[in-house]
Amino acid sequence: MGLKILTEHINVPGIETLEVYRKHGGYRSVEKALKTMSPEEVVEEVKTSGLRGRGGAGFPTGMKWSFLAKPEGVPRYLVCNADESEPGTFKDRWFMQYNPHALIEGMITSSYALGANTSYIYIRGELMFVLRILEKAIAEAYAAGLLGKNILGSGYDLDLHVAPGGGAYICGEETALLESLEGKRGNPRNKPPFPAVKGLFASPTVVNNVETISSVPWIVNNGGAEYAKIGVGRSTGTKLISASGNINNPGVYEIELGVPVEEFIYSDQYLGGIWKGRELKAVVPGGSSVPILPKNLILKTAAGEDRLMTYESLSDGGFATGSMLGSGAFIVFDEEQCIVRNTWNYARFYHHESCGQCSPCREGTGWMEKVLHRIEYGHGHQQDIDLLVSVAKQIEGNTICPLGDAAAWPVAAAIRHFREEFEWHIKHPKEATAPGAVYRGKLDAVTA
Amino acid sequence: MAETINEVKFSDAAMAEIQRYISHYPVGRQKSALLPILHIAQAEFGGWVSPEVMDKIAEILNIQPIEVYEVATFYTMFNLKPVGKHVLEVCRTGPCCLRGADELINTLKRKLNIEEGETTADGMFTLKPVECLASCGTGPMLQVRELYYENLDSEERVDEFLEMMRQKEHETPTWAK
Repeated sequence: MGLKILTEHINVPGIETLEVYRKHGGYRSVEKALKTMSPEEVVEEVKTSGLRGRGGAGFPTGMKWSFLAKPEGVPRYLVCNADESEPGTFKDRWFMQYNPHALIEGMITSSYALGANTSYIYIRGELMFVLRILEKAIAEAYAAGLLGKNILGSGYDLDLHVAPGGGAYICGEETALLESLEGKRGNPRNKPPFPAVKGLFASPTVVNNVETISSVPWIVNNGGAEYAKIGVGRSTGTKLISASGNINNPGVYEIELGVPVEEFIYSDQYLGGIWKGRELKAVVPGGSSVPILPKNLILKTAAGEDRLMTYESLSDGGFATGSMLGSGAFIVFDEEQCIVRNTWNYARFYHHESCGQCSPCREGTGWMEKVLHRIEYGHGHQQDIDLLVSVAKQIEGNTICPLGDAAAWPVAAAIRHFREEFEWHIKHPKEATAPGAVYRGKLDAVTA
Repeated sequence: MAETINEVKFSDAAMAEIQRYISHYPVGRQKSALLPILHIAQAEFGGWVSPEVMDKIAEILNIQPIEVYEVATFYTMFNLKPVGKHVLEVCRTGPCCLRGADELINTLKRKLNIEEGETTADGMFTLKPVECLASCGTGPMLQVRELYYENLDSEERVDEFLEMMRQKEHETPTWAK
């Protein structure tokens, strides 16, 4: 099933304890980095590895690290984004719950590379039970001299704290997260200044996802060049995929980037096919904000090539015929699912989660939710479809943070690929609102 | 005319936990502990935060009360009105719906005879639909206080769950043990 970088030992009984974690090679990267490498050398290895941000944006981690400003006498911070809230995504929660020391090891090694002496893990407030697990593991690490003053006699000091959020999707956006960490409402900040210059407490700050940080120890232990050999092209390494929806084997899978989508869906070692013997209708491959693709376009690109689980292959064709790897939240729809209802559900989500700072997002998400609601419940007008497209366009690119785009894309994509289904709802409200009613036209209809 | 105001007093264990959080931040940045303290207050005072509790938090952090109100009203986890003993926070977002979240919410409404946002007459349950809880592979699911209850995909599972909750006392938060 391919190389396991993050999850090799996750099923070992007791791996959540320091003792068992160390017995399986845990904290080796801390010894190696702090005792034999300079911070710059660690950054160099991460650059060489080609590791890209695993929260959704896919930005090269080494490059992000190299942007960090280093003014004399000003503290620098590493903040771990554990505010996993993108619908469909649950890999970070699962990973921290079962292997907390792996994240802590990554935090120590990464903080050393960045010259941070205080670091924070900002975790969504709903995951208080995971916060307790992390705090227990952190206490063990302090007791073993892996945190605190003069770690392992290296002269390097690090304090690590966990901070809970309060229930707000927007706090996964890095500047909103920093606001929240400072005890404020999660309103995203205008950029510039970027967090790398002025982040937490107005100091230079790097914000990285849980999975990104947890990948650093392997890179330090084995070298960035070894990591870069895994995967395909610019999609190096392994990725945790959260698989949900109408499949036989939902759960988290660590895959080497490059597995064919068809194999991933139908092979028994992965999702095991569509549940209840049904047909595949569509997939949202990277979390609720990325475009939905109908069966034909998720299995093959528009050019007829096999679609692969990589950043490049999933986005092949742009938004006309492609999507995004995003956070790796792979949401599968069977033939019994209604695309209109799902699109309304997502629109309600984004309306609920808009922070309200920017009018296009605050008002636009509300409009989309209302219009979709009336289509779903049999009161739609023919012009509503174009109205939705128009509202989505007016939100996209016109907001401080990407939540606006995240709200607009799923609506635009659903209409792009399933327009007939929307039209059917509007033309045949009685049939469409009957219990269990689903449009049974062409499942692979493409209106690009 | 004399007015009686109920004095808000955190327990010693809660105060110790509050001080622990404050110590995580640089001097002068004590406001950063606001969200953790709101969680502690909610666990301490029956699952919700009253204006009086928020005023007390402002006093502890040496900030204006409005700074607490504006944060408590922004985040969905903080209940600003009294709630039942068990707040059932049911995920209503897309991935859980693919596995039966709508049915779960409807079943709970029917069995508890309440609508979304309401509390049962005996004060036992409040039904509060929430957005994605990062447990999509085990949906439909819900959260009560710090725990997740997953794969609630049949009437029998829901019955079992409700029966268990009726007998159940709150978990004591780790810091209060």
